[in-house]
Order: sequence, then C-alpha cells, then structure tokens
Amino acid sequence: MIEARGLTKRYGDKVAVDGLSFTVRPGVVTGFLGPNGAGKSTTMRMILGLDRPSAGSVTVNGRHYAELQAPLHEVGALLEARAVHTSRSAYNHLRALAATHGISRARVDEVIDLVGLTDVARKRAGGFSLGMGQRLGIATALLGDPPTVVLDEPVNGLDPEGIRWVRDLLKGLAAEGRTVFVSSHLMSEMALTAEHVIVVGRGRLIADTSVEEIIREASANAVLVRSPGAAQLRTALAGPDVTVSSTEADVLHVTGLSAAQIGDTARGMGIALHELTPERASLEEAFMTMTRDDVEYHGHLSAEAPVLEGERA
Amino acid sequence: MSAQTAPLSRFPRKRVTPARAARSEWIKLISLRSSWITFAASVAAVIGLGVLISYVTNNNWAHLDPQERLAFDPVGRSLAGINLAQLAIGVLGVLIVTGEYTTGMIRSSLMAVPRRLPVLAGKVVVFAAATFVLMLASAFIAFLLGQQALGTHGTSLGAPGALRAVIGVSLYLTVIAVFAVGLGFILRSTAGGIATLFGLLLVVPGLGRLLPTTWQPHVLPYLPSNAGAGVYSVHTEPGMLSTWTGFAVLCAWAVAALLVGALLLRRRDA
Repeated sequence: MIEARGLTKRYGDKVAVDGLSFTVRPGVVTGFLGPNGAGKSTTMRMILGLDRPSAGSVTVNGRHYAELQAPLHEVGALLEARAVHTSRSAYNHLRALAATHGISRARVDEVIDLVGLTDVARKRAGGFSLGMGQRLGIATALLGDPPTVVLDEPVNGLDPEGIRWVRDLLKGLAAEGRTVFVSSHLMSEMALTAEHVIVVGRGRLIADTSVEEIIREASANAVLVRSPGAAQLRTALAGPDVTVSSTEADVLHVTGLSAAQIGDTARGMGIALHELTPERASLEEAFMTMTRDDVEYHGHLSAEAPVLEGERA
Repeated sequence: MSAQTAPLSRFPRKRVTPARAARSEWIKLISLRSSWITFAASVAAVIGLGVLISYVTNNNWAHLDPQERLAFDPVGRSLAGINLAQLAIGVLGVLIVTGEYTTGMIRSSLMAVPRRLPVLAGKVVVFAAATFVLMLASAFIAFLLGQQALGTHGTSLGAPGALRAVIGVSLYLTVIAVFAVGLGFILRSTAGGIATLFGLLLVVPGLGRLLPTTWQPHVLPYLPSNAGAGVYSVHTEPGMLSTWTGFAVLCAWAVAALLVGALLLRRRDA
C-alpha cells in the first residue's frame, strides 16, 4: 500500500509534482501514466526516499521510506535512470545490496536466475544492453522479496519477448497479493498490464480509476456513421450538444448522441445506414484526450512547451 | 490488509544495521578493479619509491655536499614514497563516493540504507581500515628495505622517532583517506573532488608561501599536508606544529569534511 497526500515537489519556481494524492492498493497492477515530464519519476523518487517532498507526504505500508527498518524487504524498486556502478559485475552489485540486509548469496543467485542473467552475471554491468540493464534492475527490485514493488518504465529497451515477460511477472506479483506500481508513457502497454491507473499531467492528478472506466468515459457518445445520405443526416442530427465531423463524404463522426438515437433519426428520414459503430477509444486515445485538456488548461498559465512534446528527464 | 501483511518470504528478514552497511561497503570496495589498481599503486609508491630513493642516496653519498650530509635523515629517505601514495589514496577515497554518484549507484545504495549515514560511515570505516593495514605493512617494508639500501648510512627501528614515523606514514594516509571520502560526499563529482584534494595538498601550501611573511605562521602550519607531515617525520620542520598537535589539526580537517559531507548527504536529494 502506497499513500500520497498532497505530495508536492518544487525545483526553484518550477513545480514538478503538484499536490498529488492517491492510494496504490495491493493485489492489482496499478499503472502510473503520464507524458514525459509529468512528474512520474519525481513522484517515485519521493516514494523511495531519494527526493524530499517540498510539501505533503508519501508513505509505504503506513511509514515513510526513510523509517523502514528493512526497506528491501518492504519495497523493491527499479528506477528509470540506471542505478548500478558500471564497473561492477551484476553478481557483485546484487551481493553488495544484499549484504545491507544480510540476504544470502543463494537468494542473489535465485534472482539472477529469475531474470535470466546467469550467463552474464560475472560481467561488468557497464557492458550490458538496455534490456539486460532493465533485467538487472528488476532483479534488484525482487532481491528482498518485497510486498510492494515500484517500477519506473520497466519495459524500456526490452524486446517483445522481454516485454511479455515483464507483463506476466507484474501480473504474477499482483496475483500474489503484492502492491505493484508501474510507471509508463506507453498507454498500450498499460492497457495490457494494469487494472487500475493513476494518470498525471504536469505534476497534477488527472485520473485515478480503473482502465475500463477510463476507456468508457473517453469514448462516451462517439459514433461512426457511414451513409450515402450523410450530408442530409448531418443537418438532421444538428443540436445544441451535438458535434458532427466528417473525414470522407459518406462518413460522419458524431458525439453527443447514442447510436440508437442516430439510427432512429435516420429511419425517420428514410436515410440508409451502411455502418453505425459506437467508437471505443483505446487507452492511448483516452490518455491523449485527458492530457490534451490538461495542457490546454495550463496553456494560459505557463509559457512552457506542451507536455506531450516535452522530453524532460 | 490481510494481503499485504501476509508473509510472502521464504527467508528470514533481517534489518539494516551499521555493521551490515559496512559489510556492503566492503564488498563494493573489493569488487571494483579500480580499488585494486589504486591500492597497488599506493603500495608501489611507498615501497618502490622509498627503496629507490634510499638506493640512489647511498650510491651518490660521495657526491653529497657537507650541508646535505648534515641534514641527512635515513628514516625520511626510506619513507619518501608517502608523497606519491597520498595522491593514490586520495583519488581512491574520492572515487569510492563520486563513482557512485556518476553511475547512479548511489540511488541503489540509499534505497537499501535510507537512513543514509550508515553508507557514509561504512565507507569511511572500511576504506580507512584497509588503508591503515595496507599502508602500515608497506611502510614497514619500505623502511626495512630502504635502510638495507642505504647500507652503512641506514638506521634501525630502534632509532629515536623511527618507529613512530613508520607508523605515522600509515596514520597520515589513513586520515587523508577519510578526508578524501568527506570531500567526495561534499562535491559528488570525481573531477571536483580530486582537484580540490590535490589543490589543498599540493598547490595551496605553495601559494601560502606567497603570503606576507607575517601571515605565514598563521596559515602554513595549519594546511593539511603541512600539519600532518610531523607524524611521519623524525624531526618536525621549523615553523611547523609539533608532531601530535599537527596530527590533530589534520584530523580536524578530515572530521570537518566528513561532517559537512554527512550533513549534505542527509539533506540533498539523491
């Protein structure tokens, strides 16, 4: 269980995280979504006691990270930025961290085997590919067999097989009753992995809901209509809360009306319909819609570049 | 509630203690090739340079002028390698800290030991202990081989101040090691740490001699390398602090660097 209350981080006059409050519960994979620069990594660093909040607080299992007696047995973490000495072997890296908690060499060998690094465990970590580095990071996170796992962009740099492996691993950890908190800017990946999502933009909470709910909300009342009488139908559908757009001569995108209402209107006017499809947005689109609003909302308050283009580390 | 408190582990959970943090630092120290190379360089400097200088001195004895013969100090000759060794030890002391910052390892270290100070304490204890033992052995070897190389001009450990000077080599280098670790935590950058350390040990004493002569007695004896020189020398230089007062001043430098480093480690974001 991770609980953030009014969590805020300022760097000078720049606000990276702005009053975030959320709860990450055990037993499900919780995705932490947001464009680059939305404050995800900063939030995770505050959870892990690396950065000090400017205001508010965040606790893991009811305690501040710095107060944990055996943190590796409470929280396992993978940070987006590498956290490994490049000249040390993967084996010695894990052994050094294990030593802080008196964790045995047998467990070190076990996690190396678990992430599939046995063949390269004695080689310098600096020579690892991005994917191998991520695997070492995941091994580090699992070292203490923690009930809470915090992973920043774990699928970064992994091949499709590796991505699938991480996805299954995370679901497996959640199924064992652990708290799994995973950040990503890849919405499609989260749609497949997470059940619950916390969405942030510009350091502010945009949504804290289930993946299902987000898609349902974002795709509300959008209907694709294909009809030879599109122009005529368009006029008929017009109303105060209805927007109709068109990309092709015989295609309409209607929001503000249900498929049933459109179908009835068409029937009443004797217009043939060739297609009438409620559009179900992908999580990707849902996310774009949400963060676009957020960018616009902030647009007149700040002169910074839109979040979606900002590649701030 | 039941889900997250359910025991998931199949092995006993032990908490972080300063001893475990130190054990971790020991593994970190010996698992980097740079540690072995730098330690080897400092051993080579103390022994190799000491013996070489002793040998050359003996061979050129006939050419020394009377002034030089009068000031001749067989103990100092055999321990001359300390000047080079302090640089190697200092570099390693900075590196065991800044190497973690430049690679990002520090984040792993601090996540494992979130109270942070045991990381600093562990590094200091482990590195200081390794330096002391290694340099003590090296200084004894340098002294014994050096006196051999000096032939009839050599002396013995029984000579006044000789034993203290030999042990002093190790004491001085150990305090330099601690000082360097402190600088590493303050500056967090390898270049900055090494430049500051070398500047204080080598450059500032030279610059100090440009100060007005009335100021010099208030500055020069208190610089780390000047203050610490007495402990590994049989005779203290004129104008410098007495052996143990000087050594205490050197220790104060190291403690100050460590305290500032500890304060910053606690306060700063990692």
